[in-house]
Amino acid sequence: MEFLLMNHPLDCPICDQGGECDLQDQSMAFGSDRGRFTEVKRSVVDKNLGPLVKTVMTRCIQCTRCVRFATEVAGVQDLGMLGRGSGEEIGTYVEKLMTSELSGNVIDICPVGALTSKPFAFKARNWELKGTETIDVTDAVGSNIRIDSRGPEVMRIVPRLNEDINEEWISDKTRFCYDGLKRQRLNDPMIRGADGRFKPVIWRDALAVVAEMAHKVKPEEIVGVAGQLSDAESMMALKDLLNKMGSNNVWCEGNGSNRDADLRSGYIMNSSIAGLEKADAFLLVGTQPRVEAAIVNARIRKTVLAKQAQGWGPDTLLEIAERRHPFSSVLLNAKNPAIIVGAGLFERKDKDAIFSALETIAKYANAVRLDWNGFNVLLLKAAQAAALDLGLVPESENSIESAKFVYLMGADDVNLEKVPADALWFIKGIMATGVDDWKIIRALSEVAGVKLPYDTLGAIRSRIKTVAPNILNIDEREPATFSFSIKPESTKKMDSAPFGTAVDNFYMTDSITRASKIMAQCSALLLKK
Amino acid sequence: MLARLASGRLHEIRRIFSQPSVRSFSTALNYHIDSPDNNPELPWEFSDANKEKAKEILSHYPSNYKQSAVIPLLDLAQQQHGGWLPVSAMNAVAKVIEVSPIRVYEVATFYSMFNRTKVGKYHLLVCSTTPCMIRGSRDIESALLKHLGVKRNEVTKDGLFSVGEMECMGSCVNAPMITVADYSNGSEGYTYNYYEDVTPERVVEIVEKLRKGEKPPHGTQNPKRIMCGPEGGNTTLLGEPKPPPCRDLDAC
Repeated sequence: MEFLLMNHPLDCPICDQGGECDLQDQSMAFGSDRGRFTEVKRSVVDKNLGPLVKTVMTRCIQCTRCVRFATEVAGVQDLGMLGRGSGEEIGTYVEKLMTSELSGNVIDICPVGALTSKPFAFKARNWELKGTETIDVTDAVGSNIRIDSRGPEVMRIVPRLNEDINEEWISDKTRFCYDGLKRQRLNDPMIRGADGRFKPVIWRDALAVVAEMAHKVKPEEIVGVAGQLSDAESMMALKDLLNKMGSNNVWCEGNGSNRDADLRSGYIMNSSIAGLEKADAFLLVGTQPRVEAAIVNARIRKTVLAKQAQGWGPDTLLEIAERRHPFSSVLLNAKNPAIIVGAGLFERKDKDAIFSALETIAKYANAVRLDWNGFNVLLLKAAQAAALDLGLVPESENSIESAKFVYLMGADDVNLEKVPADALWFIKGIMATGVDDWKIIRALSEVAGVKLPYDTLGAIRSRIKTVAPNILNIDEREPATFSFSIKPESTKKMDSAPFGTAVDNFYMTDSITRASKIMAQCSALLLKK
Repeated sequence: MLARLASGRLHEIRRIFSQPSVRSFSTALNYHIDSPDNNPELPWEFSDANKEKAKEILSHYPSNYKQSAVIPLLDLAQQQHGGWLPVSAMNAVAKVIEVSPIRVYEVATFYSMFNRTKVGKYHLLVCSTTPCMIRGSRDIESALLKHLGVKRNEVTKDGLFSVGEMECMGSCVNAPMITVADYSNGSEGYTYNYYEDVTPERVVEIVEKLRKGEKPPHGTQNPKRIMCGPEGGNTTLLGEPKPPPCRDLDAC
């Protein structure tokens, strides 16, 4: 302990790691309360690792955990141990920011306060914080997280261990998006008056206006879109409300308007995230896991360090399907081939053709067996899977073009240009009012005269149980049976347009992350490189 | 009494602060600062002859352990670049052995014989470990620095000389010693010679000879010694040594 503390500053009172510091704990447990070191402590230049990680290099005890993390998990070989002896230090040698999507995890693995969270610096002490265990919504991975709050304010987000999903890592977006929760929020319902300005009103008036408008239009002109961050309960209520009003045009952002939800195996990660480690060949189609699901990317990386992975455009996909491509033999020889399809493809017109090509590949590569299901869809948004489980699929593909009444439940990314100009609106931001979405819908249903038969969370969950029982199986993964024969054959041709990128900016993908200052800094500093 | 102790301690602390507190082990900092003659944008490549040499070096190692060649390749790059390693040379080595640059920086910063700042064509390294220090290596260093008019690790204006410090080079029996790393002729004419039993006057002579382009004979500078034998010839082991009695097999 004395050797470790020899060059370690005694600045625990001003150190952000204080209270959750491994060195502090060790020293409390085993250390003497005074040292015999009377020389001058060394000084080390602080490194600039970007807008997320703050460095105080004098506190570093050269454990090299961050170097190992960067090299082995994040896959960016930027950090290293420089110098020797008492001059030894962690650094990048040349000026370089840490550009990994997982860089925030070095904060957790640093046993001392050398690497700490820049946005959280000097904001709170960890013993003042109340932890709430929950699930991340910024991507479709569902990383297990703990939200630490002080009073009403979210102070930080840290990962929870879940070996099946995120292990002990979370992406930077998950960790640092929380300041977006504090900005640009709707606090009251508002109605746009004749002058085009929004005016805050009380709930009763707002709901009355909406109910009246909903009755003015024909049932098939009612459209509901659930946002990418919606919870299953609200989506259930939204679907029930619209169905009761006679419309079946309800879907979730990101799923596209022509998605069929009949086969659950067609939209979930069939081999499970942890199961990807068993794969020995990867075919990535229309997906960029690094930005779409950084945690899944880390998992794939862990697996492929010694193996191989490749990704191509539609033409190559056809070649592989027709076994004209050299990768076909790789897939054929692989014991557990994994095919990962990006959810960005759901928006393509030729998606049926793509999926049938993929199924051909899966068939000949024997990717779907009783003991191994390597056909995976990598979803983009948190609400997508639950929406499809609950059957939020529109009746007609073009419902939005004939819509007169649009219920946007926190859906910010819907292309509204197609909506007719004379449509009546009901837009509700995701971060509304602190009232649960399902409660608003339940209240609206009563005002509109189509009362929904539940008014507690328990009641709405038993309703969900009748529709999609798997959603209520907590901590349990429900696999989907997979069968090639059920799906109708597709005769459509594949479009040769290249697969686009589903996520342009990793740091800003939804309303929370777009409102976040930290995420804005990240996109400005890290993406230009 | 207490006050005197305190002031004594204060004096000691001041003394420590007045010196550079960490003695530098190498010629540079542990991080890189861009400068016109040293930045990652400058092109750097092994010369054709050295490419062959690099290939030869790589052939010593299994093809899946190319990174084992990092030290000999850095050495080769340093010889080619006049005794020091700019960051682009390290990047070039990283490319050859197929690792990320930081893995090369780690090695180059670890070893003090890799210079990451400019050195003179003749880099003079004074041994400062205990035996040499006792035999006057500090006087030798100050004689060199005074004669050349530079500080430690500084290059003379004509770019010919620089003086560095080195830990034990294994010539303790001929202490004090200096090493002359000669980068004046590229990697082909590179030499790394020990000058042993030096005196403050002798090192200045050596420097002047080097300046004239001469190659003073290396090894011991004491004319009365042969290599590391005693001054004035052997004093012991003059006859044929007798075998130890226990090993006299005939006696058994």
